[in-house]
Amino acid sequence: MITRQRLAAGVFVLLAALTAGIAVPSTAVADETTATAPKVNLLLDVSGSMRAKDIDGQSRMSAAKQAFNEVLDATPEEVQLGIRTLGANYPGDDRKTGCKDTAQLYPVGPLDRTEAKTAVATLTPTGWTPIGPALLKAADDLEGGEGTKRIVLISDGEDTCAPLDPCEVAREIAAKGIGLTIDTLGLVPSAKLRVQLSCIAEATGGTYTSIEHRDELTDRVNQLVDRAADPVVVPKAVEGTDACAGAPTLTSGLFTDREEFNQQRWYRVDVKPGQELRASVSVAADRDVNPHYGVLLRAVTVKNREIVRGEAAGNGRTDVISTGLRYPKAEAEDEEDEDTAETVCLQVTHSYAPAGGVKATPGLPLEITVDVVDGPDQATDVASFGLGRGWWLLGVLVLVGFLAGVLWGWLSRWRVAVWRTN
Amino acid sequence: MRITRVWGAALLMLALAVSPAAADSSPSASPSESGDAPTEAGTSFRTAAEFEQGMTATASASTGDYLYWSFPADAGGRPTVRATVKLPEAAGSASTWQVDVYDGLRRRQACQYGAQTRTADAGAASVELSCTLRTVRAWSEQWSDDPLPGTYYVRLTTTRLATGDLGLPVGVEVRAESKDIGGAAAVDGSLAQPLVPGIAVTSEQDDEDSSAEAVLSSLEPDDGWASGWWSDRWVWTALGAVLAALAGIGGYSLTRGSGRPTRVPPPGA
Repeated sequence: MITRQRLAAGVFVLLAALTAGIAVPSTAVADETTATAPKVNLLLDVSGSMRAKDIDGQSRMSAAKQAFNEVLDATPEEVQLGIRTLGANYPGDDRKTGCKDTAQLYPVGPLDRTEAKTAVATLTPTGWTPIGPALLKAADDLEGGEGTKRIVLISDGEDTCAPLDPCEVAREIAAKGIGLTIDTLGLVPSAKLRVQLSCIAEATGGTYTSIEHRDELTDRVNQLVDRAADPVVVPKAVEGTDACAGAPTLTSGLFTDREEFNQQRWYRVDVKPGQELRASVSVAADRDVNPHYGVLLRAVTVKNREIVRGEAAGNGRTDVISTGLRYPKAEAEDEEDEDTAETVCLQVTHSYAPAGGVKATPGLPLEITVDVVDGPDQATDVASFGLGRGWWLLGVLVLVGFLAGVLWGWLSRWRVAVWRTN
Repeated sequence: MRITRVWGAALLMLALAVSPAAADSSPSASPSESGDAPTEAGTSFRTAAEFEQGMTATASASTGDYLYWSFPADAGGRPTVRATVKLPEAAGSASTWQVDVYDGLRRRQACQYGAQTRTADAGAASVELSCTLRTVRAWSEQWSDDPLPGTYYVRLTTTRLATGDLGLPVGVEVRAESKDIGGAAAVDGSLAQPLVPGIAVTSEQDDEDSSAEAVLSSLEPDDGWASGWWSDRWVWTALGAVLAALAGIGGYSLTRGSGRPTRVPPPGA
């Protein structure tokens, strides 16, 4: 009886464990995937100018609709896609109302292709082009989660809602540190639109493309959505200080920060004897800067002695300037010191200068990688294991060998002669 | 008679010694077409598309994009990066293209030779760029920026472009190949771990976890990172020792004359 009860209890426990074992990880995995799922927000201009019939004989709007249908079919499962419109609802002349006209057509989330397509089909070209406000709203749509976030802005006319500069809006969105990229596509763009859209893209590390044909639009949007689905390392946000004392301590990993013009940023890294510190930094030019620039990364001791530095300078059009350094710390001589880590201070300065009329805040984006790995053994010789190589080496060895042979021969003859005489 | 035999043997050894020298000059032809080359490029160091040496990475992009790739390079090789850009037909004016190579610490690496920057005229169909790095050494002092084994980043972009030509479609091909320099570049010492960004993070993770996690760089050379102890210097040095020994025997036998002294009659005479 008792055995049977025990058996039943055992079976019950086993079953419970099994169900728990199946249930718990699956929900955990599900949560994890939604938290890190890449999010893409397609931001489509539905302003009146989209009626123009200049894309492969079609109107811009119908070209965009067809392209969207194809993109919606090709979107990878894991991508959470949303669609937001700008200028879709208010046909009037009141600038104030027109500049608030942005609406969420399809919420960011798991994609229902039919629903999304139906929503897209209802669009008719209507109102203004409030790019700035729409970008802000689009960024809000993407909030939450740790995956990559991307806004794809498709527009055929520059922003008509000054003074809010969409370029500065984009920079501020990027500075919030939510790791958001804005890619822009200009439909049959004018010179002014090109400048504005590429400015928005560069402010967030995105790309700008001009579109003249429908298949270009489909290919490019598909490419951008796929790019969002690629797993990338998400950097951790840190805030460096203006002196080594009180600077945040970094461990191995990838970090971001912001650094204004004429500012310096300090960080600390603990390095144990026998370890090697590898650090690199890149400073991105997310706005118009003068075409001569540089970056300096110094590793100094807490007593402000410089250990090693990395520096880089450049000129011309660029997205980043980067440099790095290596600091292998020698093995400890005493056993006591083996685990005492040395604090190395890293100082980052850059010499970008803002072009005229460019805002200085927020600072330029920094990206820092830190790796603390095992250090290499000190080399004792220039050549590998002190070995030799080449014809000179052979010549010398042959010559010395020959001379040694001759000498040995003479010596032994002389010894034999001496022995004979005695 | 004996001497000629000795010298003949020595000459034979010398002929053998040529072989390591001859092996040096031949390029390491190891274009492994296996595996799939990326058809997309990254847009930052963080998102760089990875490819092995010998593969041709392709990408379609827009003028003005900053395109990034990365490939692993090991000690003893001298990598050359070649890029071909198919320019847009609609381009209205000249554009300047540039390929930059950065090491695993994001330090810009100098090009020994090759057209790193080229200006394409308005009507040009394509532009070809190349950059040959210095030989990758197994070890260098921390204050130098010599190329070290690890990941190398390639950045391709336009450095000068008319505003009207922004955002036009371009096709890009990038290829990296190494010439084997051999023992001439074999230095003493080696890095404990190659200069791969994020290696401290990836080596801490379990093998099971790391498959799903995104990493900064995951590729290594086809046959793994070299351990760094082998170089043809071993052959040269050993050969030198053998030759020295033979020369020693030769010299020794010279002092003995050719066998029996002349005043001693041969046995049985």
